[in-house]
Amino acid sequence: MPDTPDYSWPAVEKRRVIGKRTSRLDGYAKSSGTAKYSYDIQRPGLLYGAVLTCPHAHARLTSIDAGAAQKSNGVTAVELLAKPGEEIHYAGYEVAAVAATSEDLARDALRKIKVEYEVLPHLVSERDLAKAGSRAKPSGEQVTGDPDQAFKDADAVSEGFYGIPVINHCCLESHGQVIEWKGNQFEYWPSTQNLSGIGGDLAKVLEIPATSVHTHMDVMGGGFGSKFGHDRWGEFGARLSKKSGGRAVKLFLDRSTELQIAGNRPSLFAKIKLGGKKDGTMTVWQSESWATGGVGGGGLPAGQLPYVFRGVPNKRMTHTSVSVNAAEERAWRAPNNPQLSYVTCCAMEDLAAKLNVDPVAFFDKNLDYAGKIPGPEAYRAQLKKAAELAEWARLWHPRGQSGSGSVKRGLGIGFNAWGGLGHPSKCLTTINPDGTVKVELGSQDLGTGTRTVIAMVAAETLGLPVAAVQVRIGDNKYPPSGPSGGSTTVGGVSASTRKSTMNALAKLFEVVAPALGVPADQLEAADSKIQVKGSPSKNLTWKAACRKLGTKSIAEMGENAQRGPGGLIGSGVGGVQIADVSVDTETGIVKMNRVVAVQDCGLVINPKTAESQCFGAVLLSISAALTEERVMDPVTGRILNADMEFYKLTGIGDVGEIIVHLNREPEHDKRGVIGLGEPPVIGGIAAIANAVTNAIGVRPPVVPLTPDKVLAALEGRNA
Amino acid sequence: MSRTKEPEERATSRAGFSRRGFIRGVGLGSGALSAGVLEGEAAAQAPGAKVVGPGAAPVTLKVNGKVHQLSLEPRVTLLDALRDRLGYTGAKKVCDRGVCGACTVMLDGKAVYACNVLAIEAQGREIQTIESLSEGGTFHPVIKAFVDHDAQQCGFCTPGFVMAAKAFLEQNPNPSYEQVKAGLGGNLCRCGTYMGVRKAVLQAAKEMKGAPHA
Repeated sequence: MPDTPDYSWPAVEKRRVIGKRTSRLDGYAKSSGTAKYSYDIQRPGLLYGAVLTCPHAHARLTSIDAGAAQKSNGVTAVELLAKPGEEIHYAGYEVAAVAATSEDLARDALRKIKVEYEVLPHLVSERDLAKAGSRAKPSGEQVTGDPDQAFKDADAVSEGFYGIPVINHCCLESHGQVIEWKGNQFEYWPSTQNLSGIGGDLAKVLEIPATSVHTHMDVMGGGFGSKFGHDRWGEFGARLSKKSGGRAVKLFLDRSTELQIAGNRPSLFAKIKLGGKKDGTMTVWQSESWATGGVGGGGLPAGQLPYVFRGVPNKRMTHTSVSVNAAEERAWRAPNNPQLSYVTCCAMEDLAAKLNVDPVAFFDKNLDYAGKIPGPEAYRAQLKKAAELAEWARLWHPRGQSGSGSVKRGLGIGFNAWGGLGHPSKCLTTINPDGTVKVELGSQDLGTGTRTVIAMVAAETLGLPVAAVQVRIGDNKYPPSGPSGGSTTVGGVSASTRKSTMNALAKLFEVVAPALGVPADQLEAADSKIQVKGSPSKNLTWKAACRKLGTKSIAEMGENAQRGPGGLIGSGVGGVQIADVSVDTETGIVKMNRVVAVQDCGLVINPKTAESQCFGAVLLSISAALTEERVMDPVTGRILNADMEFYKLTGIGDVGEIIVHLNREPEHDKRGVIGLGEPPVIGGIAAIANAVTNAIGVRPPVVPLTPDKVLAALEGRNA
Repeated sequence: MSRTKEPEERATSRAGFSRRGFIRGVGLGSGALSAGVLEGEAAAQAPGAKVVGPGAAPVTLKVNGKVHQLSLEPRVTLLDALRDRLGYTGAKKVCDRGVCGACTVMLDGKAVYACNVLAIEAQGREIQTIESLSEGGTFHPVIKAFVDHDAQQCGFCTPGFVMAAKAFLEQNPNPSYEQVKAGLGGNLCRCGTYMGVRKAVLQAAKEMKGAPHA
């Protein structure tokens, strides 16, 4: 093994694969429908699971009788998931599950299960804090500087109310799995963001050895933070298979249940009062915020406001966590950050309007309050670039001064910040005597392009075309890799792949060095050849070099241990987004003209899929800003829109143009690879809400900005 | 707003016998349920009408040119029959009620939501699934265009989008950008691939004109 090789990324001018627009490797399989999701897995004698849930938001189960279900046509197993006397805290909680020979027969059986409940009082809305009573848990007041004096000294004070409701993950591939139990072990096909970890976690609750679970997953249909655990359905799905003599059971939640219990993002409501000076400096921040993340309360950790502009010298903040009768929150792409960005950037644009300062100049001025990474100057450069791409100078007008026509145009700004440090990851590279190369990691590709990035890094290192590298992920027999959350995957897998492929290449150099008559450290891999540095004509083709291995393959590991940034990977990025909208003041309909997203993500391995991440993130922001909301019925305590007709995802015609500008200058590149999934999803909601406010001259305080809310704001009905 | 094809139009099969149609029928206030059921019974008992169900009945489906004999309960949707009984898993079950388009297939050349068509109603008709677009190792231009423009992330909505795009382009061979935005409005994506889809459909339009494909 050579001494601590220099694993650094090749210099920009030497890269042949990294940084080139590369189509995703599984693109044809996905687009042609041949890719097999866990939802598509078929096994001999496959059974179908279905779940009965509690219809009440708060109840005590008094009796449950599944006798008739047990005898129902096609049923092979029944699991009771709640006991008499058990208190249930939200509608959608699983009380029983069955396995049967078809999905229809499983549902027939569910209808025969008799459950009785004693209904208890519930609270499902946190919007009005005064009604939350004992469900509200305030945290202590946090004070910095002298907010009272700062308000007295302020040239202008702005006060407002801002709200962003609970939204759902709504992964298109529902939550669930196929499990086939054989003896004391089982085959497990989950839909997960945590391939290496999920099987062991499930084995633990089933009280069998972690090594008894073989987890597989080629592709997965969306997670967004909601698919890290095996969940209760993993546990009872496994038991249904075991009880059915080991026949495979496919159990995925139906759409209604998925929307009720399989993932939601906490809300955030805030009354915010800000003070500032004529020159555009914000001098004081005061906020009283509250939120819910379901039965456990939740929302943001205290002291997270203001977002990005954390260094404002005078602050007073309180936060109250409200427990409601709804399923627990799950991580949602950049947990809490979109909400924090929304209330911060909206309140700040309102102060800018009070001070009669252009928001670009206002945010620029206050960026001294931003933290060291990525730092005020990085944000200033992004703000300038975003303003240029959005044609701010031409299109922006002071709030409400948008002409006499009924359709008003407006622009608004939102900021983001994220870490994105790579997670722990191990990679095994095998170089075979026939020249084939295999790269194996227990990672997963959520659709972000992970598989492609791994192949690109390996190809770059080995001097091979991308197609010559066989990437193997999605199986827990491969070396473990971290879960895909928090934009940690690209850093983790690119670093471990780089190290593993370099280690394997060093071994190959040792074998072929005698044939080329130079020491191993004088060799390099390029253009499918192993050649002498400085004398490329002295070379062996890749295949000829590999033949020198005789009968033995090379197999070398590489690891990203997440000891902190440095070398291959980094962390700490920022971004600025500007939205451009037109609002019809007669109908209240908001039309998206354009969103500009300027984003830093360090070294970009595949610009094609990186841009797709940004496009997707902006589209999620548009959806959250204009249409998405979990609507709770205060009377029944149920979700009114647990379906896809009324849980509104934005459509292809509902969005305007999106301009993505990735920062790829040398100063960004040298920071190494940094995750990109979360940051661009953060600032768009704020930008859109600010653009609508800029257009119509008044602030509709709570998103999504559906026509009724826009019209109410125009009519002054905000209270 | 952007959906030019009414869900009902896409969902209703030739005989007007669909889950969505039934649900719509029973939603029409008091008395509608019994009226709907009576209508259904009347139709079922019309001279020459064949009564099947509720138990399994023989069903013949012609998928991508291949004939399959099945025994299915009449309530089984075309989507479940394709996926669970015949192994055509390219069409995905997502909303399961005719909203998202992930299960889009073509019936006699027209795009439909397979979750809203009963398998028995698809008998005697040409059913075309996404699997037919990559037969023999060649990819339909729409598939290639989706790859070229990265019009996919997790990919779960993608086969439905590809089928909808193919059907759209067969009806609108020279679409404008605005027509693409409206014409693909019957499909939903969660990852946010619409920018790529728009470009892909325009590219496919150009390529399909040059190379007719199944």
